[in-house]
Amino acid sequence: MGELPKFQDENLLVGMETSDDAAVYKITEELAMIQTVDFFTPVVDDPYTFGLIAAANALSDVYAMGGVPKTALNIVGFPNCLSPDILGEILRGGAEKVKEAGAVLSGGHSVQDDEPKYGLCVSGFVNPNKMWKNYGCQPGDVLILTKQIGSGIINTAVKAEMASESAAKEAVQVMASLNRKAKEVLEKYPVHACTDITGFGLLGHMAEMVSASSVSVRVNVEAIPYMEEALAYARMGLVPAGAYRNREHSQAYVNIGDVEEAYTDVLYDPQTSGGLLASVPKKYAERILCELKQVNTGIKSAVIGTVESKRETYIYLEKENEADGQK
Amino acid sequence: MITVNAIGDACPLPVVKTKKALENLEAPDMVEVFVDNETAVKNVTKFVSQTGKKAVSKKIEEGRYQILIDCTGNSEEKDGSKEIQPEKSGGCAENTGNAGGTVVVISSDRMGEGKDELGKVLMKGFLFALTQLDTLPEKILFYNGGAQLTCEGSDVLKDLEFMQEQKVEILTCGTCLDYYGLKEKLKVGSVTNMYTIVETMAEAGKIIKP
Repeated sequence: MGELPKFQDENLLVGMETSDDAAVYKITEELAMIQTVDFFTPVVDDPYTFGLIAAANALSDVYAMGGVPKTALNIVGFPNCLSPDILGEILRGGAEKVKEAGAVLSGGHSVQDDEPKYGLCVSGFVNPNKMWKNYGCQPGDVLILTKQIGSGIINTAVKAEMASESAAKEAVQVMASLNRKAKEVLEKYPVHACTDITGFGLLGHMAEMVSASSVSVRVNVEAIPYMEEALAYARMGLVPAGAYRNREHSQAYVNIGDVEEAYTDVLYDPQTSGGLLASVPKKYAERILCELKQVNTGIKSAVIGTVESKRETYIYLEKENEADGQK
Repeated sequence: MITVNAIGDACPLPVVKTKKALENLEAPDMVEVFVDNETAVKNVTKFVSQTGKKAVSKKIEEGRYQILIDCTGNSEEKDGSKEIQPEKSGGCAENTGNAGGTVVVISSDRMGEGKDELGKVLMKGFLFALTQLDTLPEKILFYNGGAQLTCEGSDVLKDLEFMQEQKVEILTCGTCLDYYGLKEKLKVGSVTNMYTIVETMAEAGKIIKP
């Protein structure tokens, strides 16, 4: 996108330059508007569930900026050979998620398309002084991840008809869950940087965050919450092409140490509607995790790394607790 | 030589086709898989090494790669993977019928229906009696309530450890350990998943379920 004309507006607080999650435009000193759009092709067979997931995914960018979603518009691509009932189910799922987010669905647009596509254009509000950017991590922070990862690999295993029922169910539950509660817990504490984990995978988004913050981070791969079976399916070669692309794109930022490949496959795995990755001072970590556990049932969160002064590379993967493996 | 053509197939089809080919193999043989992209090469190679077999890949021309899989049973290479247990021998011939060994399935910490107290005593007796068999089972699967038996606090650990020493494979369902909060407390054997449980049962010559 480097060749697009550049825009100058002093009220545009976050634009395209920092590859942040959404655009932010200042209206007054205490009010800014967040805008974001996201849509994709079905990741699950059930249309209603697809609607839930696509909407949760689109709304997530607003939460990643520390904002509150206010209005949403449907974006729909739909083939005319499919029953309109299917579209109805997709839209029902989307609408329910928007309602759960406390926003209003206020219209939308649909076009005929070869393949179904669904998503939302979402607008929200944030106080510009309290907005979370995707950089600003400080040494002494820890990184908290608010959802388990592995949805790309589980979805691949589902396509291969090799996924266990419980693994598929967990992935759906995680993808369809809003980042609202996690955001509401985090905003009570000083958040130095925040982003949501989506297509570039955990390491891709983390690399953006720590490199823009000019710090390094030590990540304990054993501490990261994984979806059930994600590591096993990675070992079986059920790894989506996007994970390999993410690896190629971000590997210069990452020192993988002697961490097994299956772990890095999951760390590079593109996520649909992934969790928030927040950088907060270490002393608040325990309380934040405790609160997250109370509000988010079925969803796992954890401290996955510590932020340090910039070293040679940005991300150092480590495998602690090697001694108490599963033997 | 068995040939699998996965040219033009998007992920995860190449892995699915390879898996089917290996499962349907009737005698030791070489299997070659053709794919058209590097993701497929990597994924098929991962899948093969996870089954304990050996694979080499080469690029034949732009958009055409060959992965050669040794299923002759001569390459006894074992992969370091711990969570999934590779098949006992490197050969594919094992999968052909019910030539597999005996598998004992323990789905509860009690044996039979009735008073819990009695059920627990019976289960303890059953596992001890199992150690006395002339031919021990090949594998014992523990899931749901059974998962507690392989963990700290179980009173049958000694018998299980004895059988493990006699090369009986002891596998406990990871989901169940998670559910009961026992992940850190596993004392004997290793962790497994539903995929391996199903495969172990499907390939068993005989299943004993007390």
